[in-house]
Amino acid sequence: MAELDSSGGGKHKGGKVRSKKSSTRVDMTAMVDLAFLLITFFILSTTLNKPKAMDLAMPDKDEQNTQLPVAASRTMTVLLGSNNKLEWFVGEPGKTPGTVDNYGKEGLRKALIENSDKVRASHGGQPMIVLIKPSDKSTYENLVNALDELNITKIDIHAIVDITPVEINELKNNKIY
Amino acid sequence: MPRVKIARKSTVTDMTAMCDVAFLLLTFFIMTAKFKQEDPVPVAIPGFTKTVILPEDHIATLTVGSGKVFFGVEGAKIRTTMLEEMGKLYNTTFTPQEKAVFITLPTFGVPMSQLKNYLNTEPDKMRTFPQAGIPTDSVSNELFNWIKQARIADKVLSNKELRLTIKGDSRQEYPTIGRVIQILQKQKVNKFSLITSQKGAAN
Repeated sequence: MAELDSSGGGKHKGGKVRSKKSSTRVDMTAMVDLAFLLITFFILSTTLNKPKAMDLAMPDKDEQNTQLPVAASRTMTVLLGSNNKLEWFVGEPGKTPGTVDNYGKEGLRKALIENSDKVRASHGGQPMIVLIKPSDKSTYENLVNALDELNITKIDIHAIVDITPVEINELKNNKIY
Repeated sequence: MPRVKIARKSTVTDMTAMCDVAFLLLTFFIMTAKFKQEDPVPVAIPGFTKTVILPEDHIATLTVGSGKVFFGVEGAKIRTTMLEEMGKLYNTTFTPQEKAVFITLPTFGVPMSQLKNYLNTEPDKMRTFPQAGIPTDSVSNELFNWIKQARIADKVLSNKELRLTIKGDSRQEYPTIGRVIQILQKQKVNKFSLITSQKGAAN
């Protein structure tokens, strides 16, 4: 492949010293290799580096008249506490005992699926409503994880709501505040 | 019987054209590549299973980390208009040099009272300038106004809605994020995006 000209250099006996005509072809294999390597790198780094995001829609605070009364037994409230722990209960705070749980497959996800099925069964197929209430001690990751679990379990009706003092007490009782 | 001679062909291919194309593409990709902008505070973004890819234009990012909020908008024109309007609101005038510095800033997090000071620091000292974050309180209302002016500027310049994104640190405690969300909701931005990384559903 390589066209190295190795014949030059020998002296001609006697006659004129002729300049050797060397081939003008250059071996471009290595150059092309390098170019394609860099192209691959730049393609991958530009398309994979795009920021990814999740969309979040918050309920409109000003529109009061569009709210519909909902049975408390249809709502599941998730309180986000400290130390990566959460507490959930179905119904109203204080009346139904809460369960302390953790995030992830065996914790929140399981609870969501079970409660969703229960609510569907007892309310004639109506979907469950989930309220997420992050406390001041929870982290941003907790919120995103909770939203993620809702997304995985395909519970579309959910909202992020401010926590109430009653619920903070509830968290304090369970030592996750 | 005479042997059938197979004509020996040269294995050397002319790679000039290939090389040309390769380098043309390489040049293109290098030119369009954007350098990753460094965050003013270390931000570890949380994972989410279902993500969308964000557009490159008409986007504003609120970086939240270490209890501070930083703000950045894409587009030099928007930034200039935004800065001028903010100057009017807070009675500060900016010199052309300060404006020129401002449009090159990816994200910033200084209160209005320090902004002039910050823009006049030497470029190599800018990274070590102590950025206190944009105040989120409702008295000075600075973050609210920055976001509002950016949205107005984008609407006037390109007639498009500015898309707001929050880039939060995983370990950031909720109150700061909550305040930012509240500020957004105050100006009826009920839809926004949270910057997350892609993760599998297994865990």
